[in-house]
Amino acid sequence: MNLLDFITRLLAATLAMGTSLTYATLGEVYTEKTGILNLGMEGTMLMGALAGFATAFNTGNLLLALLMSMLVGALLSLIHAFLCITMRANQVVAGLAITMFGTGLANFLGQRLGPATNNFNLTGMNIANKFSNIAIPGLSGIPIIGALFDVSLLTYALYAILPFSWFFMYKTKHGMVVRAVGENPRTAAAMGISVTKIRYLYTLIGGMFAGLGGACLSLSFIPSWNEGMTGGKGWIVIALVIFSTWNPGRVVIGTLVFGGITSLQFSLQAAGLKMVIPSQFLGFSPYLITLVVLTAMTIINQKKKGSFASPSALGVSFAIDDK
Amino acid sequence: MSEKNTDETPVVRMVNITKHFPGVLANDSVDLTLHRGEVLALLGENGAGKSTLMNMLVGLYRPDSGEIFVKGKMAEINSPQDSMALGIGMIHQEFMLVGNMTVAENIILGMKDLPFVPPMADIKAKITELSKRYGLQVYPDKVIQDLSVGEQQRVEILKLLYRGADILILDEPTAVLTPGEARDLNEILKKMLAEGKSAIFITHKMDEVMEFSHTVQVLRRGKSVSSCPTNTIKRVQDLANMMVGRDILFSLDRGPYKPTDVMVEARDITVLPIGGGKPVLDKVSFSIRGGEIFGIAGVAGNGQQQLTEALTGLLRVDSGTILLNGKDMTNKTPLQVIKSGVSHIPADRGRMGVVGDMSVGDNLSMKKYRTQELSSHSVINKSWVRKFADHLIDVFTIKTPSQDTSVKFLSGGNIQKTILAREIDSCGGILIAVYPSRGLDVGATEAVRQNLIKQRDKGNAVLLVSEELEELLMVADKIAVMFEGRIMDIVDADKASTERLGMLMAGVEREDV
Repeated sequence: MNLLDFITRLLAATLAMGTSLTYATLGEVYTEKTGILNLGMEGTMLMGALAGFATAFNTGNLLLALLMSMLVGALLSLIHAFLCITMRANQVVAGLAITMFGTGLANFLGQRLGPATNNFNLTGMNIANKFSNIAIPGLSGIPIIGALFDVSLLTYALYAILPFSWFFMYKTKHGMVVRAVGENPRTAAAMGISVTKIRYLYTLIGGMFAGLGGACLSLSFIPSWNEGMTGGKGWIVIALVIFSTWNPGRVVIGTLVFGGITSLQFSLQAAGLKMVIPSQFLGFSPYLITLVVLTAMTIINQKKKGSFASPSALGVSFAIDDK
Repeated sequence: MSEKNTDETPVVRMVNITKHFPGVLANDSVDLTLHRGEVLALLGENGAGKSTLMNMLVGLYRPDSGEIFVKGKMAEINSPQDSMALGIGMIHQEFMLVGNMTVAENIILGMKDLPFVPPMADIKAKITELSKRYGLQVYPDKVIQDLSVGEQQRVEILKLLYRGADILILDEPTAVLTPGEARDLNEILKKMLAEGKSAIFITHKMDEVMEFSHTVQVLRRGKSVSSCPTNTIKRVQDLANMMVGRDILFSLDRGPYKPTDVMVEARDITVLPIGGGKPVLDKVSFSIRGGEIFGIAGVAGNGQQQLTEALTGLLRVDSGTILLNGKDMTNKTPLQVIKSGVSHIPADRGRMGVVGDMSVGDNLSMKKYRTQELSSHSVINKSWVRKFADHLIDVFTIKTPSQDTSVKFLSGGNIQKTILAREIDSCGGILIAVYPSRGLDVGATEAVRQNLIKQRDKGNAVLLVSEELEELLMVADKIAVMFEGRIMDIVDADKASTERLGMLMAGVEREDV
């Protein structure tokens, strides 16, 4: 096999894999930037994947499928927002509950929303339309870089969404409010910002993006429905947020690295390298790298005295009467 | 200060303001009037309701009943946005600044009429112009957490000026400043008043009232007990009595100074910060004898806290030696330090002094539970603990419904008394007290100081870290001044003057510099 070809194909696989991660990570960055930790990503993504696939299967309308996945994501994170912001529950516990609930509900509904011919099971069904790759003539022919121009619409959209997310966070008045709320909610409140409103809003937005991330899997990456098809990606997202140092502009670095490792694992397996490296090792390697990266980030954080630090009020509930 | 002009509509009139918090009547039918160009000092003990009253004026809290008129018109203030629109701005005791954002971003934060992308160049130019006009030097691009406390306060003032506030509320503005910075603040305030702005400032320092204000209003337990022109006040003592509602002792009982052997000795203690840079503690050396109160003065954040943490085993020192009761205790664990006879009243009493959710009794026995006095064969004897706790509650007059009450429900003063009781009871010769009277009312402060002096008179060595010079001059025998991790000088308390100490606190080596 030609090496250039191999790299091009690896990049293409990385982009396909990374798209889902990027949407969900962006969402979680925005949620955490306002001080709300949403560990419900795994459950929310799976629900998004199911909602998207079920809608596409039953209506054939991909746009509607995307909207449904976002709506379902927002609804799940609304529960999280209500628990954490209004009821001031422990955010870790609430998030874990969302993941358990979302995973269970998605698997349950997956066996109910399918056609009667398949015993109402969605598993094993195909959809007529999916987000397939669209090659831009000319550009997509370039070795390596060409992979960037032979992707699905969901990936193309990210080329605009990613820089805009960075711009929004650091250059607009709304981004300033987001950062202030997560860093020092008391100050934000004293400056006339409704901390509750902002936290609700961005928790919902985070949920929408997570739902979208799930839909990327079931409508484009592996157009199908399988129980637990997110396979822990929701947890990788939590790690990727740390990897991005809560900066939407750096989200892409993490998702490319992790998408790349996962794709490499598949490529190597396909290339018959599993004789040399056990497939089990390749299977857990992305998670191993997560541990290594988190350790490294923590050390760098300590050395740099917090320039990469998390939002100060992350995970802390707020009320103006608190002292 | 110049004469104020009173024959126009007041800029602020608060009528019959009442505010309840769960279990507390914070404000009870309070009236307040502020005129144009006037400085009103709001005086009262901690918990008297000063900050609550002002927080209602800026819309952070809403009154249960009562009316607020601003510039003659009835005002409905439901959020800080509303008060800002009326020209009211507040500088809170704890600065309202976002640490990792720039000066300029903080100044415009939350302003509603900004475009989607704020034009930062224009904003910075306006900030620079304002800062020049009022002599408030700041750099708009600097990040807040890199600024000194004095600079941060300037940002707070600029924030109000930028938004066009003409009624300024300052909550204990000088508490965190050096005497020099406080004088600068006074100058800036004068400039603003000359332009027709008005100010209310909250304080519990009597001398500031006399120096800065036209009118003084005293709150006591949520009620307004007095309001009069400052120049009719004859004696500072009268103000203090109004505040507390009884005569307070301004001098404390203390025996003669009889120092004995050296009990605490620090030799060249140096602590380097994580990640390199200027030492947090730079070759700090001193010694404390028995029967002596050794005071440490300085603006908070100049290494005082790290020094006491190093002494109590909470912070590793990079070099130097610590001798406690004659034994080398450098970099020993906190338990080893405790066993060598050291008691510690930490600066952050809520976080390090007590476990809020545990009962008063458990908190009192938290240091002695492992001794024969309260447990046998590693099992705590509950009835011994009860007797022990009741005894301490009695001796230290801790006001608590019962020893089973969670400590977090007590007032600041009684939480501090709980810590004092535990630490003094278990004291083996050395007592380290860090800001022990910070945030306490006059009565509790008096109790804390009296207890420190009692330890000294018993022959113990006491280290007292304080930001109030007045307290150090009253209580300590020797005063060391810390600045940027160094001890500037150590002086005898009876020969020290506020001016000299103030210079040292600002880092000025000699008076002639």
